[in-house]
Amino acid sequence: MIRALLLIPAVAAVLSLVIRNALLRRIILVLTAIGHTAMTIAAWHTDPAPLLDGWLMLDKPGLLFLTITSILFLACSLYAFGYLAGEAGKRKQDFEEGVLFTNAPGAVFCACLELFLATMTLVTVSRHIGLLWVAMEATTLASAPLIYFHRHHRSLEATWKYLLICSVGIALALLGNFFMAIAASKPGSEGTAIVVDILIRKGQTLNIPWLKAAFLFFLVGYGTKMGLAPLHTWLPDAHSESPSVISALLSGALLNCAFLGILRSYQICAAAGQSEFCRDLLVLFGLMSIGWATVFILGQTDYKRMLAYSSVEHVGILALGVGIGAGATFGAMLHAVNHSLTKAMLFMAAGNILAVYKTKTTTEVRGVLRVLPVTGVLWIAGFIAITGMPPFGMFVSEFTLLRAMIEQGRIGIAVAFLAMLALIFVGMSVAFLNMAQGKGEKELHLNGKSDSSDKSESVFAVFPPMLLGALTLMLGLYIPTAVNELLHGVASAIGGY
Amino acid sequence: MNNTADIVMIFLVLTNLILLGSSRLIACIRTVAVQGIVLGLLPLLLNGWSLELHLVIFSAAIITLKGIVFPWMLTGTLRDLKTQREVEPFIGYGISIVLGTVILMICMWLGSRLPLSGPATSPLIVPVVFFTIMSGLFLIVSRKKALTQVLGYLVLENGIYAFGVALVDQQPMLVELGILLDVFVAVFVMGIAIFHINREFDHIDTDKLSGLRS
Repeated sequence: MIRALLLIPAVAAVLSLVIRNALLRRIILVLTAIGHTAMTIAAWHTDPAPLLDGWLMLDKPGLLFLTITSILFLACSLYAFGYLAGEAGKRKQDFEEGVLFTNAPGAVFCACLELFLATMTLVTVSRHIGLLWVAMEATTLASAPLIYFHRHHRSLEATWKYLLICSVGIALALLGNFFMAIAASKPGSEGTAIVVDILIRKGQTLNIPWLKAAFLFFLVGYGTKMGLAPLHTWLPDAHSESPSVISALLSGALLNCAFLGILRSYQICAAAGQSEFCRDLLVLFGLMSIGWATVFILGQTDYKRMLAYSSVEHVGILALGVGIGAGATFGAMLHAVNHSLTKAMLFMAAGNILAVYKTKTTTEVRGVLRVLPVTGVLWIAGFIAITGMPPFGMFVSEFTLLRAMIEQGRIGIAVAFLAMLALIFVGMSVAFLNMAQGKGEKELHLNGKSDSSDKSESVFAVFPPMLLGALTLMLGLYIPTAVNELLHGVASAIGGY
Repeated sequence: MNNTADIVMIFLVLTNLILLGSSRLIACIRTVAVQGIVLGLLPLLLNGWSLELHLVIFSAAIITLKGIVFPWMLTGTLRDLKTQREVEPFIGYGISIVLGTVILMICMWLGSRLPLSGPATSPLIVPVVFFTIMSGLFLIVSRKKALTQVLGYLVLENGIYAFGVALVDQQPMLVELGILLDVFVAVFVMGIAIFHINREFDHIDTDKLSGLRS
């Protein structure tokens, strides 16, 4: 089953490069997503058999992140199906500076997208931390061409920063791998394979100074990729310059995969009795990320960058949740699911707005509710969801976090957390509500950039975000038993409940 | 055996200092290539030239990639660029070398603080590896050209790799080759990106890549 999960997207990537018919390629993309999701659902029912001596195995954390990735990819592939029809390989005029640019050919885009799915799947199933590293670096390489879809200088700059910063960050995580291997080896005896399960079993016998150093390098290395401040510098550029469907995948799926890398090393440290040390670091990075994001969200004039900084905020909340531990771990896992669903929905809605208004500046967009009724509603719903208002799922997860903080008596952190969330709410509400309301048509004509031809909302543009929004709404009202069990299983695997 | 490892480590320090001080891109590429070849011989050296099959394959793969393929790809890129062949540093060569020696001293101090539990092959390994990593990072932040940043990345990677070979017991072949493959693709993709940067901007100076702000 694991083999199928990895092979479906990999084979599809090869096919995409060979096939010349653009329509067929896009159909293959959607079929890949459907096949992958079907296999993931099957993995919920029966535990897939381990491969390669247990190096590839789907445990509970892996299954959770695999499911998020798979659902998100399904939604994104449907969105991309409509998007590519009008974009791939076309010559376009840049709406910010008026330069002409070409889009990347559809074959490269589809192949990289499928390869990206394959590498992310490999991240979720790897139990050998060396293999996990290989997969993680591969996700960077597969996604770099996706960011450079619009071939103009701003996206190129974003791609270069992404490639270099993430590659250097991940190289540091490789050093973390070696440190971990040293921590596990005994003088004069054979080395151990650095498989998560073996390391957890050896727990108490690990060499503590090297283990701590390893965790630090993992946190910095994978934290760069995850977007923890102050290592997040590539993130706003990459998210704002890539096509919206890619921003959705980067934000919703890729950041989580990097988080999984940190969680794996945390599991090992916890088994060695070092969870205090790791949790303090996670709380520190978490608070720093939320604070940093708050500063940049207030007064942000580019709505895609605002969404990107909101991702920095939410990965901070994830790190904070695991750092607080106990009941907050469950909250953090639920938050990961909610954030992925909501952020992907918002990026897709942002893509629809961008396609019609042809500007990323918040003040130049007015009356989305009138011009694009469905997208407008999604935009407002997404705003309510992302700021943690009821009835959406994020309210539940943030509330769980807050309750755990108060139960542990960490009032200072709880107050800071609430204050920053309130500031972010203010910052985002100004931009989001102004964009949604007002007289739309007039602004559009005054703007003079858009033409009436692309004002219709196609099914492919609104159905995927609607689906994601419905899912996060459901998680806010009622968490299905199976999901609840999985989330608690993951939480107990990483030292909470 | 201790001696050979020491010699390799001193060689690493020297090549890093050369990189910090040289002004021509082609010289930098060659220095990194030589560094790669010596590192490729390291697994064989440390095992006393015992020609086990997996060691030989691994060594050959490293020497081919780091000693031949990467320099060839990078010189190819350099030829296509018609760019200035100078490194163009933000921080001058002399100061770079002085800073390099300061970093080396700090790394020596740091290395003495991290105890090794395993069979230490050479006391120089930990400090030199840290120094190589720091040199790589220094090259990335202090040089203008995108090509030099790739070289910095390679030096950083060389340092990490040297650590792995010298101190960590044999990792499975699959993982080691996977790591090499990733680095190869990384350099390949970066090469393509540099090509595009050159076409788009008519230069590869990353300090002018500053259109995207907060």
